[in-house]
Amino acid sequence: MKHSSLGTKILNAPYILWSVLFIIVPLVIVVYFAFTDQNGAWTLANIAEIKDYGEILLRSIGYAVVATLITLVTSYPVAYFMSKAKARTQAIMMMLIMLPMWMNLLIRTYSWTTILEKNGIINTLLGYLGIGPLPLIGTSGAVILGMIYNYIPYMILPIYTIMVKIDPALLEAASDLGSNGFDRLKRVIFPLSLPGVVSGITMVFVPSVSTFYIADKLGSTKTLMIGDMIQKKFDINLYSNTGAALSFVLMLIILISLAVMHKFAGEDGEAIIV
Amino acid sequence: MKKRLISLFALLIAVCCVFTACGAPDVKSDTDGNSISGIAASLESKYTTSLAGTTLNVFNWGEYISDGSDDSMDVIAEFEELTGIQVNYDNFESNETMYSKLQSGAVSYDIIIPSDYMIERMISEDLLQKLDFSKIPNYKFIDEKYKNLYFDENNEYSVPYNVGMVGLIYNTTIVTEEVDSWEIMWDEKYADQILTFNNSRDAFAIAQFMLGQDLNSTNKEDWDKAADLLKEQTPLLQARVMDEVFNKMEGGNAAIAPYYAGDFLTMYDANEDLAFVYPKEGTNIFVDSICVPKNAQNYDAAMLFINFLLEPEVGLANAEYICYASPNTAVVNHEDYSLKGNEILYPDDEAVANTQYFHDIDPEIRSYYEKLWEEILRS
Repeated sequence: MKHSSLGTKILNAPYILWSVLFIIVPLVIVVYFAFTDQNGAWTLANIAEIKDYGEILLRSIGYAVVATLITLVTSYPVAYFMSKAKARTQAIMMMLIMLPMWMNLLIRTYSWTTILEKNGIINTLLGYLGIGPLPLIGTSGAVILGMIYNYIPYMILPIYTIMVKIDPALLEAASDLGSNGFDRLKRVIFPLSLPGVVSGITMVFVPSVSTFYIADKLGSTKTLMIGDMIQKKFDINLYSNTGAALSFVLMLIILISLAVMHKFAGEDGEAIIV
Repeated sequence: MKKRLISLFALLIAVCCVFTACGAPDVKSDTDGNSISGIAASLESKYTTSLAGTTLNVFNWGEYISDGSDDSMDVIAEFEELTGIQVNYDNFESNETMYSKLQSGAVSYDIIIPSDYMIERMISEDLLQKLDFSKIPNYKFIDEKYKNLYFDENNEYSVPYNVGMVGLIYNTTIVTEEVDSWEIMWDEKYADQILTFNNSRDAFAIAQFMLGQDLNSTNKEDWDKAADLLKEQTPLLQARVMDEVFNKMEGGNAAIAPYYAGDFLTMYDANEDLAFVYPKEGTNIFVDSICVPKNAQNYDAAMLFINFLLEPEVGLANAEYICYASPNTAVVNHEDYSLKGNEILYPDDEAVANTQYFHDIDPEIRSYYEKLWEEILRS
């Protein structure tokens, strides 16, 4: 595609227009707001204010890392067995994974409050067994659970997509050459599935670290996350500039962590970037 | 006001609890099926105009008009049927979002229903136009108490739609002592069982009443003191909530929460262990009033619509559905009104001490207390 024809250019035009209008322009606006005050004069004050949010930023990153790790550990076997299942079973499993996503994230998250409340479904059931009530809602665990629940399909699907593409002949060859089951997983399947893993981590970590609403509903006054803080800033209308600065810093953090991860994953990982 | 998540609750019924919305008046026998023709017949002559075929754009709070669900009257449909005017109805979720949408000039509405302090601000910024009261004869039904209010002293720009007050809701199975003060929201006995508002002004108001301050104080020291009090409260809080309060209080998941009187009635329908009190230190009162923006396109239809909303039958349907106090005397004294004389919605003047309105506050003070609020959130 070195010499793109006129036809290709025309076909690309809507995509480029879309990207400029809805990705580049908003980013420029965010950066502009981050470095100006309410009257539009250039300033670094907004960025300097970020130091007050260190704790909240660290907490958000911590939650997102934990949620991403748990999601990865639970999704990998699911994706593996799914890729090995019969075509019909695969279709059903895919359907079951996608089904909750037909509902809006807000409703799915809100439903968890009913399940986790002090007099919610889990504690009521535990009550019959003479246990509890356990403090479920308002904990860091509840917030991380909300992230895992909402974002787990984004981990399973890319890993699964990569795994079904692994040539069975490679596994047969590994067996022929004397690998046992664990060796095959470690030396053949895992390295080949790495692009899916990297893509899954990206797709779970990025929305988790910047998430809002989940911590607000499932957490407490002690689990405030940066996404909620940014949302409040814009809500109040007075602090769009600090809100933009926070968004800007958050984007930088995400970019840096992605770069580090891709470096870490090596060349195998370069295949898929969100 | 602030009931946008009610629709979510409807979905949640399937998941767990039984939820009896206050907006389901089963007492009204005259609305089963033939309501449109019934109401229309009695009003037809008054609402026959040459405006048929025109469009009226209405901007209102979510869940803030009787919409025909559960056998209630569909107010918009009735109006359309009666007048032939087509109504476009949109919702907003806070005064501020409504204001910024309108101010951007991207939209134009003929009817808006903001709260008191927002009306004050919009009048001062010349965003509202005067109403032609000769076309709103039903204005005579408005209670004298709700005329000449501070935000519209000469009754030129607004017609009161609903009135509300904040009170303290508590669960009598957990709180067995007598409650008469906001102080209980700072009681360590109830740590982790206390909720408060998740918006700055309402949350500050409680601390301000505790300290005996003016809600609209322009003295930064007052706000500092109130903020200190709120920071003290933070470790005792279970959560800061708005609409989630319904779920939490109805399910007995929290013991104490401040919220609007009308919404308490909805919660009480679901959980009769709940009780309500107007604390002795005082409380916030608000009026949401109908106004017409400067850039309205269909002024005459707007006057007709305002008059229609004040019709006793229409006002009654709205009062039953919304469950807030009505400023309309024809509704309050209506023999079919199921909440007639309800002492929570319509308390005696002596029962509620020191009611204060929010006023539009100086931008500098506003940005000062929002800064403090953020510190409180992080504390």
